Amino acid sequence: MISKAQRILFFSMLLAAVVMAAVLIRLRERAEDRLHGVQGPTLAVEPAGVPATPVTLLIPNDADNSIAESQRNLPLPQDDGARARVLLEILLEAFHDPKSTHPLGGAGIGGSKESIPGAGKTHAPDIDEVFLMPAPQAAGQRSAGKMAVVNFSAAFAQSHPSGIEPETLTLLAVIGTLHANLRAITQVRFLVDGRQQETLAGHADLTRTYLAGETVPAGVGN
Amino acid sequence: MVPLLLPATGIAQQTQPAVPVPPAPPVPSVPAPANPNVAPRFLVVVDAAHGGNDTGARISDHLLEKDITLSLAIRLRSMLSAHGIGVVTTRDADINPSPTNRAETANHSPAAACILIHATATGSGVHLYTSSLAPTSITRFLPWQTAQSAYVTQSLKLSSEIDSALAHAEIPVSLGRTFLQPMDSLTCPAVAVEVAPLAAGATTKSTPLTDTAYQRSILDALTAAIDEWRTDWRQQP
Repeated sequence: MISKAQRILFFSMLLAAVVMAAVLIRLRERAEDRLHGVQGPTLAVEPAGVPATPVTLLIPNDADNSIAESQRNLPLPQDDGARARVLLEILLEAFHDPKSTHPLGGAGIGGSKESIPGAGKTHAPDIDEVFLMPAPQAAGQRSAGKMAVVNFSAAFAQSHPSGIEPETLTLLAVIGTLHANLRAITQVRFLVDGRQQETLAGHADLTRTYLAGETVPAGVGN
Repeated sequence: MVPLLLPATGIAQQTQPAVPVPPAPPVPSVPAPANPNVAPRFLVVVDAAHGGNDTGARISDHLLEKDITLSLAIRLRSMLSAHGIGVVTTRDADINPSPTNRAETANHSPAAACILIHATATGSGVHLYTSSLAPTSITRFLPWQTAQSAYVTQSLKLSSEIDSALAHAEIPVSLGRTFLQPMDSLTCPAVAVEVAPLAAGATTKSTPLTDTAYQRSILDALTAAIDEWRTDWRQQP
């Protein structure tokens, strides 16, 4: 025989569990809303009313394994993180042009990846997010600069041409473009779909931290 | 499990001399022999990239990178052997050893040169890549992930040798540096040789990677470069 007190205790605990579950579900929804707000497409849109500023894009050329600077005037957000993301979206968007000297959407690794049809805005986003954080330093050294963590989309990695040259050129162009426009960025790391991946498309190592100030001059092919 | 440290193969065990001797010569490219009366053997490691489930790049509808790298590696081994050069390959069949296993095979040889064969559908000619690691000196133990740093200077010399041989064969060459596994873990002068189709140009006509004459000219140039490297290697103190 269950006593009245035990029944009251049981239903009280059941009610508390239901309330806690509802609160947790609501908190999860709010966190997702915040995340979508950060990752939304609004950052990729050129901000209205903002004067255009000169920017430098580093454009690779597969034919001779080189990288050339390209100057443009673009309206950019004031926030460094948003600015970095917009810069990379503009840079990678240029690679989708069929006449690009470093075209994307070619043969992928594994033989099962399809090229992204079309060009312009019809493809999936290339960048999920760019995070900026203080660059880690060895013990005893003063912190200098920021580390950019570039999170490529899974679609971008899957459609990227496989090869040492095309993958290296893409990474160098991204690193160089970030450093040329945001001098505070001294280190760059790469993720794919939020996770660390061994390589971009089978070759270039994504597990390393790239030094922005040193990588581009030394790495650009001749 | 990835080993954290590995012995630097460039350090030789030496006995204490009875009389003072001049300072040690520059670091050799390969470990000195245990018995100084026996000349070290000139060994080359040839790594055919990818394999098994890792197909690498799709060069064309019927050609995968893993197949062409294996074919080129086997043919290069035959040509080097014909020149009296010992060759160790990291794979002889359609299998995919891990980068760690490939580096272990190469580092246990020990090799005077490591050639990593890759292929791509992008670009033109041959792309030669050496490690982006900053050069360091050889120590008793080297971090596994950056062991190549002690050999970067020699790798650049080997790359220059191959560049000259390819240029002599009138094959377009581009040079670059990158972070690449297993190259960054190799304790030998290492160069990644990425072959691409020939694009039509002022001195070249469009040639696919499947062209046997084109492949032959690349392999001839590689063989000549490694033969020259052997001469340089033997002249080292």
